[in-house]
Amino acid sequence: MKRVVITGIGALTAIGNSVPEYLEGLRNGRSGATPITQFDADKFKTQFACEVQDWDPTQRVDKREARRQDRYTLMALYTADEALEMAGLLGEDRQTLASVDPDRAGCIWASGIGGLRSLEEQIEIFDGGDGTPRYNPFMIPRMIANMGAGHISMRYNLRGPSYATVSACASGGHALASAADDIRLGRADVMVTGGSEAVITKVAIGGFNSMKALSTRNDNPAEASRPYDADRDGFVLGEGAGALVLESLEHAQARGATILAEIGGYAASSDAYHISAPHPDGTGAKMAMLNAMKDAGLSPEQVDYINTHGTSTPLGDTAELKAIQLAFGEAVYDLNISSTKSMTGHLLGAAAAIESIACVLAIQHNFIPPTINHFTDDPEIDPRLNLTFNKAVEKPVRVALSNTFGFGGHNSATIFKRFAD
Amino acid sequence: MASIEEKVKQIIVDKLGVDESEVTRDASFQNDLGADSLDTVELIMEFEKEFDISIPDEQAENIQTVGQAVTYLESSVEK
Repeated sequence: MKRVVITGIGALTAIGNSVPEYLEGLRNGRSGATPITQFDADKFKTQFACEVQDWDPTQRVDKREARRQDRYTLMALYTADEALEMAGLLGEDRQTLASVDPDRAGCIWASGIGGLRSLEEQIEIFDGGDGTPRYNPFMIPRMIANMGAGHISMRYNLRGPSYATVSACASGGHALASAADDIRLGRADVMVTGGSEAVITKVAIGGFNSMKALSTRNDNPAEASRPYDADRDGFVLGEGAGALVLESLEHAQARGATILAEIGGYAASSDAYHISAPHPDGTGAKMAMLNAMKDAGLSPEQVDYINTHGTSTPLGDTAELKAIQLAFGEAVYDLNISSTKSMTGHLLGAAAAIESIACVLAIQHNFIPPTINHFTDDPEIDPRLNLTFNKAVEKPVRVALSNTFGFGGHNSATIFKRFAD
Repeated sequence: MASIEEKVKQIIVDKLGVDESEVTRDASFQNDLGADSLDTVELIMEFEKEFDISIPDEQAENIQTVGQAVTYLESSVEK
């Protein structure tokens, strides 16, 4: 099997609209949560979210495309452009890739929900009218969840495999694994992967509110996402995107590319238990982590950092820690754990993408991003775990593991490691 | 009040993201202004909304240029 390396990354989050800004936000433990501006949330139980701020898509996307597309595909194109630029793969026209056979390049892109905003708008227009159907002809292509992959493939003439993975909040992890498989198995030389999500909308906030999944700390949004804190009360919805350029080691080396990190291994598993609650014994999550380590040929002692799913929900946070303890045994006390969702909010199908990037940045810059907003210890949580509360920690990071779990009981774990020839 | 022609041109500029100077009466949506078939459907729907009329599909098929849109709309809106 071929080795898979990462040669470019792109990020768009509430704590930074580019990789350097995102890195800065992670290092400084910045919260991205603010009152919702994208719709009137006055009567909603939750009135805040982690919105992307001051973002001008036309810096990287054609003006006309910017008008035609849903926010989630624009975010996909925007971050793919940053990642391909960093990888040194953009041709002069920024529309094709340099030094890549287009038939051996593809895109597997995740979204948990797709263009919900575009669907909502069109339903409202119809409901507010006289019954005459005037659905916008772009509604369906804006709405369907595969269009991130479709647009990236079209924009850069990637003619290898392209499709979407959908597994709710684990979608990004499955996308990355599928894209890496295409390279491992020799089907492609270069794959763009990642995920984007942009559903800070009435339907999504209202729906998650009805599930009692979201924090309702409206008087203090910046301190609402507080994984592992005794007073955590639900997740904070975030939006944004993360893109990674994966390449076979030989392809990257042949063109003299800078290698940011290597994909060590990955695994997926299922809880087979409940639509939204994690399995209380943590077996599914434990198996994903154990099998990812096996795939990477690494032992628990070799892992320096776990970027958790850690959404700040009462049940989910402790179930994951329990699974981590089962998977890592005593070695768990020597590594650092943190949830960057404390800063970015929960990006659903894009969560694994931006958290994979956090792992790559941790390896590149030798630091552990913090779990911010820790005020009160939860008596249910083992105090010997290093949960990296409130402040980033400078330390060498050679191996990082990213967990993501989705409604439906889908689990995915991915391991990133420092590249060494 | 803006004329029908001015309104039509404004809609085309907004929807197709083209420069106003390109939107001449002879300009074809698909050949000159970069529209695809879905853009054309969207334009027709915007005209219907702006002028509060209904354009039958068989008429819409004949509206391929800026001039054809203006002529059609002038005749049907004034009726």
